[in-house]
Amino acid sequence: MIKVENIKKSFDDIPVLKGISATFEKGKTNLIIGQSGSGKTVFLKCLLGLFSIDSGKIFFENKRLKEMSLADRLVLRQEMGMVFQGSALFDSMTVEENIMFPLGMFTSKKNSEIRDRANIVIKRVNLINANEKYPDEISGGMKKRVAIARAIVMNPKYLFCDEPNSGLDPKTAILIDNLIQEITDEYQITTLINTHDMNSVMEIGQKIVFLRNGLKEWEGSKEDIFSTENEAVTNFVYSSDLFKKVREVYLKK
Amino acid sequence: MIQQTFGKFTKWKMLKQLILKDIDVLVIGSLGIVAFISFFVGGVVSIQTALNLENPLLPKNLIGFATRQSVILEFAPTFISIIMAGKVGSYITSSIGTMRVTEQIDALEVMGINTYNYLIFPKIVALSLYPLVISFSMFLGVFGGYIACVYGGFSSSADFIEGIQMDFIPFHVGYAFIKTAFFSFILATIPSYHGYYMNGGALDVGKASTVSFVWTSVAIILLNYLITQLLLT
Repeated sequence: MIKVENIKKSFDDIPVLKGISATFEKGKTNLIIGQSGSGKTVFLKCLLGLFSIDSGKIFFENKRLKEMSLADRLVLRQEMGMVFQGSALFDSMTVEENIMFPLGMFTSKKNSEIRDRANIVIKRVNLINANEKYPDEISGGMKKRVAIARAIVMNPKYLFCDEPNSGLDPKTAILIDNLIQEITDEYQITTLINTHDMNSVMEIGQKIVFLRNGLKEWEGSKEDIFSTENEAVTNFVYSSDLFKKVREVYLKK
Repeated sequence: MIQQTFGKFTKWKMLKQLILKDIDVLVIGSLGIVAFISFFVGGVVSIQTALNLENPLLPKNLIGFATRQSVILEFAPTFISIIMAGKVGSYITSSIGTMRVTEQIDALEVMGINTYNYLIFPKIVALSLYPLVISFSMFLGVFGGYIACVYGGFSSSADFIEGIQMDFIPFHVGYAFIKTAFFSFILATIPSYHGYYMNGGALDVGKASTVSFVWTSVAIILLNYLITQLLLT
């Protein structure tokens, strides 16, 4: 479980996060949605420790991040997996080496054991015949799968995904969403996903937090989002005619 | 940055691979261009010296002497280092900068890796072999001078060899290597700094490489002056 209390973050005196509080539960896909510039990525990077917060509290399993020792923080980092928007694969390494990298860095396992574990994960994300390929030789969807495989290879407790299906075709995007959902259920991970893809919201949004201008505007589940009266949420989520009609049909039912 | 580079160390098994890779790319990969430039510039130095020795009273062995002094004192350590600021420095800035732009550095940080140590330390270690490149350059510079001078008909082989042995002060070679050791540190750190702290996109990687080359060159020239002032005067 991850809990944040009133976190604030500014860049050059421009406030980006203006006091966000939320709880993200274990075994659930927690979606953070909002317009571009609403502070989603900064929020995620604050949780990851890539940005330090100006004020507020971040708890991982009731342990406050700021009060953790250096050793505890190091352990925590190894319990985190991250899927970056652009996948962030190491381009000098093959797919297999990318996935083996965290294991080689943080475990004392033999090379053969590391390779075996990597191949289990590769199978889990349905990557076929890609082990020896380099990132620039595979498609965007495959890159995301490699990034997910690398993120889960250490059996993380927390999985963070920044726009995991941006730039993907709708079919691949749904496959990636479903894969994240399955992995979250299977390994009971606390998963946080930054997205502004409404298909993801409708498909896997077990908990949704809507950010607006650096503040939490609304939170609920994918079912709640159909019935909410919050104007900012409805304007954002149902901005297309298609989604407006989908909502009308849902509400009539 | 330097303090963090020598901070929490990356696992030796991984670090060893990175160091070997950087030795291959930064040191061994530079030998070709260094050999080419050293040989021909050494040749040009000897020809120009020969053409300026119009007075028949001046001995021909001065060509070898002047070539040796120019190559060992300035050309090999300083001129080659400026060229390396372009070749090796740009490579370091653009490779680290690209990792920054594509969030690969963030990915390493999320894993809990000391990215300074992981990215910069292997380059510092690899470039500690840079004096070997410079000794190779010194040899080829003088050799190029010999070939150009003797086969160009400017002096005899004996005169040239006598010249390169004349008034030899071993400390001059020491001075050149002291300079080179400092330059190798500059070559590893300034470009790394510009790559690591860059912001923006692909275009900015190019800009960072250019800025890095300028600052590395400036640092080398200023340090060259300072070390010369301290050691030779």
